[in-house]
Amino acid sequence: MEFLRPATWEEALAVKAQHPSAVPIAGGTDVMVELNFDRRRPDALVDLNRIRELHEWRIEDDDTVRLGASVPYARIIEALHDRLPGLSLGARTVGSPQIRNRGSVGGNLGGASPAGDAHPPLLASGATVEAASVRGTRLIPIDDFYLGVKRNALEPDELIRAVHIPSATGPQQFAKIGTRNAMVIAVCSFAVALHPHTRDVRTGIGSAAPTPRRAREAEEFIRAELDESGLWTSGGELPRAAARRFGELVAGAAAPIDDVRGSAAYRRHALAVLARRTLLWTWNDHRATGRAAA
Amino acid sequence: MAGPTTPRNLSAVSAPGRDGIGASPPRPDGILKVKGDFAYASDLWHEDMLWGTTLRSPHARARIRSVDVSAALALPGVYAVLTHEDIPGSKFYGLEIADQPVLAIDEVRFHGEPIAIVAADHPETARRAVARIVVDYDVSPAIGPVEALDPERYGHVHAPADYKAHASGNIVHSQHVHHGDGDSAEVRARADVIVRGEYEVGMQDQAFLGPESGLAVPAEDGGIDLYIATQWLHVDRQQMCPVLALPPEKVRLTLAGVGGAFGGREDISMQVHACLLAQYTGKPVKIVYNREESFFGHVHRHPATMVFEHGATRDGRLVFVRAEIVLDGGAYASSSPAVVGNAASLGIGPYVIPNASIDATAVYTNNPPCGAMRGFGAVQMCFGYESQMDRLAAELGMDPVKLRRLNAMEQGSVLPTGQVVDAPAPVAELLRRVEAMPLPAAAYRRTGDGVDLRELPGGVSNSTHGEGVVRGIGYGVGIKNVGFSEGFDDYSTARVRLEVINGAPVALVHTAMAEVGQGGVTVHAQIVRTELGVDLVTIAPADTRVGSAGSTSASRQTYMTGGAVKSAAEAVRGTVLARGRRRHGWTPDLVAGLRLVDGKVVDRADAVVADLVDLLGDEPVDETVEFRHRPTQAFDRLTGQGFGHVQYTFCAHRAVVDVDVELGLVKVVELAAAQDVGKAMNPLAVLGQIHGGSTQGLGLAVMEEIVVAEGRVRNPSFTDYLIPTILDTPPMPVDVLELADPHAPYGLRGAGEAPTLSATPAIVAAIRAATGLALNRVPVRPEHLTGI
Ligand SMILES: Cc1cc2nc3c(=O)[nH]c(=O)nc-3n(C[C@H](O)[C@H](O)[C@H](O)COP(=O)(O)OP(=O)(O)OC[C@H]3O[C@@H](n4cnc5c(N)ncnc54)[C@H](O)[C@@H]3O)c2cc1C
Repeated sequence: MEFLRPATWEEALAVKAQHPSAVPIAGGTDVMVELNFDRRRPDALVDLNRIRELHEWRIEDDDTVRLGASVPYARIIEALHDRLPGLSLGARTVGSPQIRNRGSVGGNLGGASPAGDAHPPLLASGATVEAASVRGTRLIPIDDFYLGVKRNALEPDELIRAVHIPSATGPQQFAKIGTRNAMVIAVCSFAVALHPHTRDVRTGIGSAAPTPRRAREAEEFIRAELDESGLWTSGGELPRAAARRFGELVAGAAAPIDDVRGSAAYRRHALAVLARRTLLWTWNDHRATGRAAA
Repeated sequence: MAGPTTPRNLSAVSAPGRDGIGASPPRPDGILKVKGDFAYASDLWHEDMLWGTTLRSPHARARIRSVDVSAALALPGVYAVLTHEDIPGSKFYGLEIADQPVLAIDEVRFHGEPIAIVAADHPETARRAVARIVVDYDVSPAIGPVEALDPERYGHVHAPADYKAHASGNIVHSQHVHHGDGDSAEVRARADVIVRGEYEVGMQDQAFLGPESGLAVPAEDGGIDLYIATQWLHVDRQQMCPVLALPPEKVRLTLAGVGGAFGGREDISMQVHACLLAQYTGKPVKIVYNREESFFGHVHRHPATMVFEHGATRDGRLVFVRAEIVLDGGAYASSSPAVVGNAASLGIGPYVIPNASIDATAVYTNNPPCGAMRGFGAVQMCFGYESQMDRLAAELGMDPVKLRRLNAMEQGSVLPTGQVVDAPAPVAELLRRVEAMPLPAAAYRRTGDGVDLRELPGGVSNSTHGEGVVRGIGYGVGIKNVGFSEGFDDYSTARVRLEVINGAPVALVHTAMAEVGQGGVTVHAQIVRTELGVDLVTIAPADTRVGSAGSTSASRQTYMTGGAVKSAAEAVRGTVLARGRRRHGWTPDLVAGLRLVDGKVVDRADAVVADLVDLLGDEPVDETVEFRHRPTQAFDRLTGQGFGHVQYTFCAHRAVVDVDVELGLVKVVELAAAQDVGKAMNPLAVLGQIHGGSTQGLGLAVMEEIVVAEGRVRNPSFTDYLIPTILDTPPMPVDVLELADPHAPYGLRGAGEAPTLSATPAIVAAIRAATGLALNRVPVRPEHLTGI
């Protein structure tokens, strides 16, 4: 097996163009497991760890966070929890401290596992994936990124350079189910983000369908509900029935399976509960901060 | 209750005096392990060594039509590919019944059964070679525990001609215990209430962190030196010699660094495979399993289905118990017979019940073989009988702890086997103590920032901020035997040598005891310091050059090899004092009062009568002693009567849980324990055993299970076989009693297993209290709690 170590981003793209079958390795927390268990025997690895910019992030003029693909979860939690509260909550649930020190959003996207914890918050915040190759750069909306179980929209010669995530303009939440209280793969997960400026609510479902996905019907329902009842203006309490209906619609948007981690029926049930709870947390947060600002 | 004591200041690592018994000197492996410097068996290395790997069956039950190894042999770097045809000696092994093929012969009986072994110059080459072996299988439906009971219809796991156990059909072993008038109609009529329950325990794994590994080195004399992580060097050798066709003196074992055991290393795994490959190639061969293979490489805890009926009078006195237990033994016998013996004899728990009828049976199935695991047959039963005690308390409208204390056994009580308990049995006192401990704060804390997620069910997964969270409290108490039972000749050997080195007296302790993390080596040094009054104690590596120390299991090593070290040290002292008598003309009366303290011989008045260094001179004293516990008896095959167990040990738990009843997630808030250890030889180590055992019980209660479907293991990884993390492990206050057992060295009582028993039912009782659900199966899953 060849071990390629490009020193710059341009070199990395050239290497990937030359060896489209080479597997990129960032934190290695997925790749090394696959190698150790003999699930994957690539002819070459492209080590991205010498490329500094992948470990950096910056705030763009429009307040978007441009997050380098390899920034580890631990740094996101530490430095970006205010701007990216949903992703930080997701990051906080990833593995153990060791995994959070190495694992990255770029790696989560590269693997595109339906259980990846970065995906629901990225869906809910409306992120964009910056993919590049020697042929040029593409900005892939997150909604178009996940194609199937562990399949994403990258071309064989492309690498993820960064993820563009709008800074939160309202409360965001992420919650997941695992059968122990830490270091557990999601049985299912859910993210919700309020976007008060656009009066929008976006969602993300994890581990309950072949790909991470949004619960569009639930989003439409709650958008209409908030509009029609004037709650964005009044800042009133969200009727529990509306939260419950939202939960049901989220559960309905899932396509879960029975597996060793949990049953499909439980996953649906749990999604309904998580969606209801997280929506109420975000709405109550929004009301509290809105009032504080007034 | 005379003077039970609770050790205090456990954080003080160094002890008053000289780190003798009762002190908590640090363990020699502790810092090394924390820093990653400890050499485990998987770190073994030898110049020119080969790597061994194993081809395992992907099917639970199949005939093997053919095995073609030619493509594997053709791979450059491959030195050997062996099947059962290449075995020089016996093709079978087993702890109690030699029914397990070293390598499969014409058929496989469980998913993961070894079929062929390969040695190559690189582990990757060996793995590739294994992938090139072509096996033609004729697959049949797997026989599970239900089908096993009807061999006429579903067939035999071992064809009648090949059956080697002592019953028939698919039965490995069964034991009936008849006590009083059993459950006769007349007895039943005496009970005002009868509660019936069916319970199930899933397959738990030992989940030790250091996978199976060892290094076999061929020797010039045609023998083999094996460096190995195991629980019992001598019984490994006993099983290997016939296979290798070598006499015992040519198979020499040395203990390598062991990364946990919990029963999973009592059977041999890769030992004999590594030796066969070394014998065949004439080269050192190392085998180390990865995590996935480890799940296939060792036995697990027996899954159990249990039906109980408890009858009691209106005022809460137990009248009778009827219990029917079926244990899934898997494809081979392993220690199933002894597990059945424990289940039957300990099946009613630590209670006085005048009448009992118990049937325990282990069956052969096409599931993974099950054998020893911490608690050994007593764990499953404890979940059953403690669940029943709660059910009965509810039926009677009685406090569950009160009901338990009312029926608790004590010293002098008669067990259903007819054995009279002739040592302290403070069951009621343990319950009283654990109940009297202060309860943890009412609920998770709300701070300025909201809630601390780590205190809630779901933890940092952020699934609740308090919604749906209900608290529950539950209790459990259990009884476990210590040491090997049922007439087994259970002994340990220790050699102690005392000599002068660089002007100071130094003791050497040599045993074959497997240090698997329990802290035996620390305790051995403490015993020698106490008995011989020396500071410097060296522990020699454990190997087969000294006699057997028995297994590091059954909570027996501090009692047994500790007892042997004590006896050997006493023999050394006797020889030293005899020397003084000859040399200085000490009177027998003087000698009778002499002790060894701080390198001196002192009399009753603490006056120094001689210096140990002078007495020893340049003549070392070297004594080897075999230590036995009181003999036990086999249980009568028909009635289960007999003095079957040498010692009993008890632990009680109180569990406090918060359950998110909507999501079915559990947070164990606190797990308090009270245990009698007879004598806390090393209080810090005792605490570690109780914490560790309780945590393993917690794992069984809420998460740990090897999921097997039609004989196939579905979760052989730490991704999906979950064990508790630190966030799942609650504060565990411990109250330790020290009521001496007059029959045991220093009055001590084996401590390692009892806490594993009662933690599980206490936690499940607490979850029942929070949810109102019946919960008849462990581990409890979110699906059970949400009814989905
Ligand atoms: C013990 C343990 C616990 C875990 N727990 C969780 C958990 O709770 N939640 C969770 O979501 N995940 C978990 N994981 C999985 C893993 O940590 C995450 O998926 C992590 O985000 C991977 O990041 P990485 O940088 O280590 O990726 P790597 O392993 O380096 O790469 C992962 C994949 O992405 C590709 N890749 C990496 N960088 C790029 C790039 N710049 N462009 C294109 N492709 C790229 C790689 O080729 C590979 O296919 C766990 C893993 C372990 C070992």
